[in-house]
Amino acid sequence: MTLHSAKIGQPVSRIDGIAKVTGQARYAAEPHPAGMLYGFIVNSPIARGRIEAIRDEAARAVPGVVEVMTHLNRPHSALFEKSYMDGLGVPGSPYRPLHDAEISFNGQPVAVVLAETFEAAREAAMRLEVDYERWPHNADFEASLHQKYMPGKTRSNYVPPKSRGNAAEAYALSPIKIEGRYHLAPEHHNPMEMHATTVIVEEDGTFTVWDKTQGPQAVQAYLTSALSLSKDQVRVRNPYVGGAFGSGLRAQHNVFLAVLAAKMLNRSVRVTLTRQQMFTHVFRPEAVMDIALGAQPDGTLQSMIVNGVTDTSRFEHNMENLVIWGLINYKCPNATADYKVAPRDTYTSSDMRAPGAATGVNLFEMAIDEMAYACNMDPLDFRLHNYSDIDAMHDMPLTSKALKEAMHEGAERFGWQNRPMAPQSMRDGKDLIGWGMATGIWDAMFSPTSARATLTADGRLHIATAASDIGTGTYTILAQTASEAFGIPMEMIDIELGDSTLPECPTEGGSWTAASAGAAVWLACQSLREKLFKAVGKSGNISAWLTEGLSNNTTVLKDGFLQDKGADENLRLSLSEALSLTGQDRLEVEETAKPGLRGTISQMRKARFTHSAVFCEVRVDEELGIVRVTRLVNAVAAGRIMNPKTAASQVRGAMVMATGMALHEESLMDERVGRFMNHNFSEYHIPAHADIPDMDVLFIAEEDPEVSPLGIKGVGEIGMCGTAAAIANAVFHATGQRHRNLPITPGD
Amino acid sequence: MRQFSYSRPDTLDAAQRIPEHTRYLAGGTNLIDLMKSDVERPKHVVDLNALSMSQIEERPDGGLRIGALATNADTAAHPLVTERYPLLASAILAGASPQIRNRATNGGNLNQRTRCHYFYDPDMACNKRSPGTGCSAKGGRNRIMAILGTSEACIATFPSDMCVALAAMNATVNLTGPEGERSVPLRDYHRLPENTPWQDNILRAGEIVTSIDLPPLSFGPHHTYLKIRDRLSFAFAIVSVAAGLQMENNTIRKACIAMGGVGTKPWCVPEAEALLEGKTPSPSLFRDAADCLLQGAVTDRDNAAKLKLAPRVIIRALSQAAAGTPQSQTQKTIF
Repeated sequence: MTLHSAKIGQPVSRIDGIAKVTGQARYAAEPHPAGMLYGFIVNSPIARGRIEAIRDEAARAVPGVVEVMTHLNRPHSALFEKSYMDGLGVPGSPYRPLHDAEISFNGQPVAVVLAETFEAAREAAMRLEVDYERWPHNADFEASLHQKYMPGKTRSNYVPPKSRGNAAEAYALSPIKIEGRYHLAPEHHNPMEMHATTVIVEEDGTFTVWDKTQGPQAVQAYLTSALSLSKDQVRVRNPYVGGAFGSGLRAQHNVFLAVLAAKMLNRSVRVTLTRQQMFTHVFRPEAVMDIALGAQPDGTLQSMIVNGVTDTSRFEHNMENLVIWGLINYKCPNATADYKVAPRDTYTSSDMRAPGAATGVNLFEMAIDEMAYACNMDPLDFRLHNYSDIDAMHDMPLTSKALKEAMHEGAERFGWQNRPMAPQSMRDGKDLIGWGMATGIWDAMFSPTSARATLTADGRLHIATAASDIGTGTYTILAQTASEAFGIPMEMIDIELGDSTLPECPTEGGSWTAASAGAAVWLACQSLREKLFKAVGKSGNISAWLTEGLSNNTTVLKDGFLQDKGADENLRLSLSEALSLTGQDRLEVEETAKPGLRGTISQMRKARFTHSAVFCEVRVDEELGIVRVTRLVNAVAAGRIMNPKTAASQVRGAMVMATGMALHEESLMDERVGRFMNHNFSEYHIPAHADIPDMDVLFIAEEDPEVSPLGIKGVGEIGMCGTAAAIANAVFHATGQRHRNLPITPGD
Repeated sequence: MRQFSYSRPDTLDAAQRIPEHTRYLAGGTNLIDLMKSDVERPKHVVDLNALSMSQIEERPDGGLRIGALATNADTAAHPLVTERYPLLASAILAGASPQIRNRATNGGNLNQRTRCHYFYDPDMACNKRSPGTGCSAKGGRNRIMAILGTSEACIATFPSDMCVALAAMNATVNLTGPEGERSVPLRDYHRLPENTPWQDNILRAGEIVTSIDLPPLSFGPHHTYLKIRDRLSFAFAIVSVAAGLQMENNTIRKACIAMGGVGTKPWCVPEAEALLEGKTPSPSLFRDAADCLLQGAVTDRDNAAKLKLAPRVIIRALSQAAAGTPQSQTQKTIF
């Protein structure tokens, strides 16, 4: 049987699927080095204050306990605050675990108990007695709004809103106006795999750190900086990641504490967070947006005013691109926006899937729906009427925008044309039925990335890059890319990811991995093929057809064989034969994909986004107000789709998460103590299967060779953007009642 | 979780001779969770699973006896239950997940603890967990808390679905203990918190639930278990209603009704049942019953939605029961 090369664009099943479902794939908490200790973190029950005393006699008396590590006895770490900065670049004073006696947020680690068994560590943690001096705190978002501010130094990826025209005057003069305050509850990422670190102290004293992270090199950089270690003393591995959604963008305290403990005791250590402890660190910020829109009676937008606030901690200024999306996506002569952050005594909020846009697009699209109704216009027609072909905020052309096509194709698949305009006009028995829609937008990003391609004597191709597959399908699409680029069946390819020693790759996130790592792998494979051809050509001892083909440039590499284009199948040379001809046992190249001069100019002159149009049907029990989503169609324009199967899974996963945003998920802050109280899967409600209907994901043809080297835009976040709004808008269409707060829960 | 001794006696007698600070283990779906969270700190765990208390058998009076150690899953699937007590089967299937129901037992269901956020978090004050420390749920994030039967000391709900159906049907709990055997109506088994919220029920030290008796009672198709929750599966009730009506020529002869999610115990109001009896079903009658059931309801910071929803859920459940169209627990549409 001849194995064939795969192609980008084929719906290949995950190549790591078998390893995952058979338990062969190893996650951060799974390596079990000899003599490993278990660390259990003790968390602060107060939001602000200082530790007065720690009494650890009872904890140390638990059989099996080796050490109770606190700020009093921890080993030295870096002196300067800036050494604890991570690659995400959140301005402010980074949290330094076990640094001193001061408490800045509820749930802050105050000790790590280390024991021979997990059970002993946990019991001792429960027996540790800590006295606190309590200081006044504020954890109430409403109250923190009075202290909102614009950080002096902004995050590196922050896009400041840009005003145009005179929005206030145009609003005042607009015959049709809507305005309101929209709100999103805080949410927690809650990946299935809890954050965990296993530190293996190697024989030479170096640390191999298995960590749940989206960026092994970022964690390595953080650890070397914060713990004053050299790069060759720390290797970070994360070959498999059980979901992350942004929670693994920053090095979390578990990795710092695990390495600190390993350093202190010179023993291998594992620290795993419990599900409850997953609520003691990162979360999607709570947000409010005050939105005012003005329009002409014919539905032409005249003015958009968007003022938004998200929460941050008292010590760091986490920022989101919250308010810009409507200004970019809609044609409207007058627009202005303002963004601030509000500090409260909690841990710093963080990026969660489609940070900024998941909140900003959904809340804005709920306001757009209100405006469409105020103008008595079909919500789809209203959006088409105010459609912008450019980035209207920067007055910049786009590399591509097939949103119009997505709207049309999505509407057709959904059957939107049969929609009656009036709310409460469709019913079935006791249920009101509503149809809503919204559009989505997210960045299409590309970051310089390196990859290595190696051909070995057995004729196999090895690809290596420090990318992370956080469950998205990166292994699979990179194998497809290598297969097509090199001309080799996927079965003959090994992909190595998730290791800080591999060629440089930025932290996985922002939907940029497919475009960036894909381009690097493509480049490395092409370069390796050229190198192979050159080496074979030089070997002298080759058949006439090959000599001829190589000099005429008619030799190709196809399905793992060197052969002449369109020639006899018998005249071909396997890769292992070809390599042995060269007299080498391996050929290797490393390449870095960069935007290049043309790409850099393009990035300056053109904006780049993915787009989507989401259509939703809900049923709402008229008396009980219970909402069920019964249909979701998402038409996505995201450039070239590398693998429609894994890409659709990504979009569907985000749509499930957005359903949670619309109807279920809310972290309940008890501001009296500064703690999110529903800190478990029983009471933090992510949608259950029963809540999720069949979802239809369409990819719209969008050729965009300019957006990234392979024309890829990425699909990790776009499913979040618009879906929650489509659900909320459908609820309005069903019931005639507007909800401006998400989630919409029974009794609202 | 703290260290504890473990024993697995094979006679009831041995199981009742226990030291202080003992917890009985049946399915463990709640107890183990609570021990991991450091909420329950037993010194001794006595595993009851070697005792034979999992029978489901007919009673001479035509009723049914279900063993305390029968699992929720086996109970809900037992032919005698599905044929004669579909209301009970429905309530069981409305709760938890298949995996949990496979482990959880009927006796354990009666003795499970509240899911109040503050009870579950040892860093927070809670009179139910640590007597005398206060109630953090009052004035806190209490969307899931009770509006009926609350006290200054506690506003936590009793979370069971199964017990709501048992209460509606006036089941009897059979107990055995050092002082002998006794039977208690399920409606009297759970306690109001008053100023001793740490006592969830009337169990005495060393007493064990051996079985639950269902009275001979048939509603035909005129029953329902209607549960409203924050997602369509695997969530505790915001409001639930178990209703069974004995109908004769469109007249309600006997009404059995209990509520979950709103009370500190399965909530029954005999006056509301009496009010329905002898009457013809109508929306206004059901509204009167709802008013009667919800008399004395008190809301706190976050849980006003329960009081808004509760009358509507009661009316819908009674309508479903009267119409003979019980709520399906698999097809989630509410008719």
